[in-house]
Amino acid sequence: MSHSAFYLLVAGFLLFSLLLGLARIYLGPEPASRLLVAQLFGTTTAAVLVLLAEAMSLPGLRDVALLFTLLAAVLGVAFVRLSSPGRETPP
Amino acid sequence: MTWLEFGFPWLTTAIAWTLIILGALFFMAGSVGLLRFPDVLTRLHALTKADNLGLGLICLGLAWQAGFTPVAFKLLLIWLLALLSSSVSCHLVARYVLHAAAREQRRD
Repeated sequence: MSHSAFYLLVAGFLLFSLLLGLARIYLGPEPASRLLVAQLFGTTTAAVLVLLAEAMSLPGLRDVALLFTLLAAVLGVAFVRLSSPGRETPP
Repeated sequence: MTWLEFGFPWLTTAIAWTLIILGALFFMAGSVGLLRFPDVLTRLHALTKADNLGLGLICLGLAWQAGFTPVAFKLLLIWLLALLSSSVSCHLVARYVLHAAAREQRRD
């Protein structure tokens, strides 16, 4: 098996595992669980992008992976900040 | 083309592929844990494993394959950023969940 075929195979496997996580978004009773799936999406997407950058020799995708990790952090902070009930308005 | 390539060309690939497969298994374990665990805090536990170890092992495998190059350095940077952001946001989510539970208790 060539290297790029292997990387593509692993990327497909990761996408399949994301598909499993989608079920938790549908089921998840509280918003925090759904947020956790979003975090998982961010990290898994970064892994898929890193693999694809190697498989398709597109080095720019590594920068996209960096951006995805950064956005996942912003998402977590925004969720906690915006959805705390009974909290005074921020200064 | 790492230093190990000298004499054992297949060994570099074998080590890199083993690391990548281990990382993919951690991602799968994280998804299954997110699906199966009963409440938010235990799901958080499953998620952090996927975040830290899954991405870390995949980046390590790719960096091993790339050898001592800027690409390997960038892959390690991606992993470090993911470590930082996932620990911060998971801490925030855990604190949020605990505070919400305390609020519920006070209301009862």
